[in-house]
Amino acid sequence: MTGKAFQRIYTQLEAITKATVTLRAQGVSNDELATVAGRQAQVVKIKGDLVTLQVFAGTDGIATNAEVTFFGEPPALNVSDDLAGRFFNAYGEPIDNGPAVEGERRHIGGPSVNPYKRRQPSQLIPTGIAGIDLNNTLVSGQKIPFFADPDQPYNQVMASVALRADVDKIILGGMGLSNDDYLYFRQMFENAGALDKIISFVNTTDQPPVERLLIPDMALTAAEYFAVDKNEKVLVLLTDMTLYADALSIVSNRMDQIPSKDSMPGSLYSDLAKIYEKAVQLPDGGSITIIAVTTLNNGDITHAIPDNTGYITEGQLYLKTDTDTGKVIVDPFRSLSRLKQLVIGKQTREDHSQVMNTAVRLYADAANAKTKQENGFDLSDYDMRCLKYAKDYSNKLLAIDVNISINEMLDTAWELFATYFTKPELGIRQELVDKYWKDIKN
Amino acid sequence: MTTKGKVTGIISNLVTVEVDGPVAQNEICMIDLDGVELMAEVIKVTGKNAFVQVYESTRSLKTGDKVEFKGYMLEATLGPGLLSNNYDGLQNNLATMEGVFLKRGEYTAPLDTEKLWDFKPIAKPGDRVAAADWLGEVQEGWLPHKIMVPFAFKGNYTVKDVVPAGQYRITDTIAVLTDENGEEKAVTMVQKWPIKVAITAYKEKPRPYRILETGVRTIDTLNPIAEGGTGFIPGPFGCGKTVLQHAIAKQGEADVIIMAACGERANEVVEIFTEFPQLEDPKTGRKLMERTTIICNTSNMPVAAREASVYTAMTIGEYYRSMGLKVLLLADSTSRWAQALREMSNRMEELPGADAFPVDLPAIISNFYARAGIVTLNNGKTGSVTFIGTVSPAGGNLKEPVTESTKKAARCFYALSQNRADRKRYPAVDPIDSYSKYLEYPEIIEYLQKRVDRTWVEKVNSAKNMIKRGKEAFEQINILGDDGVPMEYHERYWKSELIDFIILQQDAFDEIDASSSMERQEFMLTKVMDICGKSFDFDNFEECSAYFKELINIMRQMNYSEFKSARFNEYLEQLNNRIENDR
Repeated sequence: MTGKAFQRIYTQLEAITKATVTLRAQGVSNDELATVAGRQAQVVKIKGDLVTLQVFAGTDGIATNAEVTFFGEPPALNVSDDLAGRFFNAYGEPIDNGPAVEGERRHIGGPSVNPYKRRQPSQLIPTGIAGIDLNNTLVSGQKIPFFADPDQPYNQVMASVALRADVDKIILGGMGLSNDDYLYFRQMFENAGALDKIISFVNTTDQPPVERLLIPDMALTAAEYFAVDKNEKVLVLLTDMTLYADALSIVSNRMDQIPSKDSMPGSLYSDLAKIYEKAVQLPDGGSITIIAVTTLNNGDITHAIPDNTGYITEGQLYLKTDTDTGKVIVDPFRSLSRLKQLVIGKQTREDHSQVMNTAVRLYADAANAKTKQENGFDLSDYDMRCLKYAKDYSNKLLAIDVNISINEMLDTAWELFATYFTKPELGIRQELVDKYWKDIKN
Repeated sequence: MTTKGKVTGIISNLVTVEVDGPVAQNEICMIDLDGVELMAEVIKVTGKNAFVQVYESTRSLKTGDKVEFKGYMLEATLGPGLLSNNYDGLQNNLATMEGVFLKRGEYTAPLDTEKLWDFKPIAKPGDRVAAADWLGEVQEGWLPHKIMVPFAFKGNYTVKDVVPAGQYRITDTIAVLTDENGEEKAVTMVQKWPIKVAITAYKEKPRPYRILETGVRTIDTLNPIAEGGTGFIPGPFGCGKTVLQHAIAKQGEADVIIMAACGERANEVVEIFTEFPQLEDPKTGRKLMERTTIICNTSNMPVAAREASVYTAMTIGEYYRSMGLKVLLLADSTSRWAQALREMSNRMEELPGADAFPVDLPAIISNFYARAGIVTLNNGKTGSVTFIGTVSPAGGNLKEPVTESTKKAARCFYALSQNRADRKRYPAVDPIDSYSKYLEYPEIIEYLQKRVDRTWVEKVNSAKNMIKRGKEAFEQINILGDDGVPMEYHERYWKSELIDFIILQQDAFDEIDASSSMERQEFMLTKVMDICGKSFDFDNFEECSAYFKELINIMRQMNYSEFKSARFNEYLEQLNNRIENDR
């Protein structure tokens, strides 16, 4: 690491755009950190002695004779156990009036874990929400986003999932959080008495958008410290990754890169993957689990941001408002946890897989029946039963305000099956039906 | 003297180097970053400037850093010991790397040079040989691994000497060959080959004429893939691409499986690392891992090496094909490879084609698919590389450059449908959109008639037709209502549902249902088509649906039972009774 004695100072800018400045400088290294008129910046391009810096806070008011100081190292975070319970900005500086954290200085956005050294994720993370535990079980070391419209209570759901999950540390990476949401998280964590296991890196809407680009790497560098060095189970919350991607597109646009789909940079997939792939189950027991939020425009998942995200993450959870019950539910059709097979029927009851699939299939039949009904057709007896079932299923299992154990969820499902259907209509393996079928007398 | 240079510009992993001598396109060079060597490949040269793509992070690289050019292209190291190994895209052995994190500039040897192999000679002094001819063999796991005349040897040679049977290291000389000018060349068990060049040291490449069985009904029965054929699986995320590919890898009837995890999730590769060493190959009783090589360049690993990974995998596949083996190569996902090309093309400020992909993307994809195939070797034996790639179309929209280019290159198309996945009908391969061009090959039809049944192809085609008609009936029912259509429509719809539930759907996570033998597939399709061939006389549509639901339930239990076991036969009897007693 280069000490302060080696700092080089320049005062002649060659070019200024809204997000970058260019100057002539010698001996500058790629990704190096600098300040431009006191604002943090990072080297993004070197061509001969022309160096382009990305200024995180924007270049408003920067003059061609602004002072540029190079630090000789990429962005870094001081890591130690003292991080716990603290709130930081995008640069890793405290915003809770506490002292600066002392510790080992680590470059953020470090190397990837050797895939061969990873372990298979295997620990179930129960949340009490049936839409998650029953249909889309979470596993430690997984990365999964909520796909939600901006008006849905995704931050609330995420906060309650985090607080119910059995983990050692919760790290919040807030990008473009509204001040209200930031205070909500803070209060939620304080009320739960869990502040000492929570670390927050926050960029709010009133701060420059490009600063957000540092948040995930800051949060994950802290996460790696606790997971790798301390063998702890770490849960990282990233909200909202759509705003992160928007910041990426601002920067690539200012650097005259040719945009690909939806004016996003062509490297969007790799950029997002670098973050999400930090989720890992380590050989010595530590793990990093990432739950993120990707907000959608009118539920459009073909937009480049949710689309690329879906290809990277291990599933996605959709929130939607069920018009029949008026409750926010986890959509069983489009939600998916890819790692659920690793724990379903292994750490949960043997009937889990078939009950889950059957319940969703019947819910799909109900959706068909509903379409029929809306088109003005007569409904069969089976259709009617499906519709009644759907309402109960939505209320008792899918709604996000449900908080029960997985066995209770399975029992509830069998009760619903017995209430509305016959055994052959389920198509479940005979032995399981024999064992778990609940006779309902009424 | 080697060419040297120094760094003059850096944008992400594209670095410009001012050179002091000749450089070749695709030549490998090493950049010295404070003592750490970073590997890079030349992708463009203008004047004294070479543009190189670096296979590592360029963080902290400075202008003026020294570069040394190596004089060769990116090569794969080929020899005994490739199987059951796990490599990154540049063929570094991931298992022998130190530490939990990948260290920049750490390159590990692909093969163990200390291990002793039991060598048996095949060729004898005086034999006339050419590139890829077999000189001897060693036992690698359960496979006889041929030691060949290196592919790079041009022209004809005479064997001067072959070492006697015994134990040798891969770097020991095992034969000496004399070329037409009388010059002697030593041959070891290991050779190198540039990955972007196809290995063509074989006699001919005929049209595929056999089926490669996968145990997946919707593939083998409906749209079979030929041995030496090509196929691709496009689908939006969450439609079960990876589950389907893993199923094919586990059950595919091949000698060697090569999986290229190209820019995909690390946990999926971990799943293979964890499961394959446990799983047994039903035919040989050996562990699946023994016949598998994994080339793994996950999405967070350097982008440039991602592009190399598919070529490395193909080169290893072609190497085993030259030994007369059946190789199955799976790449997940070729879209990530195309994106790697796009990122680089973008940084080089090339004029973009559709969706900002490079304009030569279709050519690159079709060249790559053309490397698959069944070949006749110089000694008359056959070997094959069957290639199945997945494509991850942006937004699930199949009208995008990677899918369209691949469609032109691949002969089988397994379209995964969001609609089927939403309804949990797995594998979500759409039975109507998907196709296998091989079903039109006379050689393949003849083969299937012998392998399965004389009327098999007709049966398959009539099943496909039923599915289509069932879908039409379903649409009519939806438009006109249950009572608004003739009873026959309901019957048609439910017959197609029977085919869907019993033949198309398959539970990849059920021990028994996961893999279905060709005999079993024939039995079940025949049974299903028998039922579909009957005409019924239902009083109302509810009776019709109830009847078929019952049949589906019984036949599903059959799918969950061991083929021809007591339980299976019990359900079969139950089914037969149900069919006979009723109408």
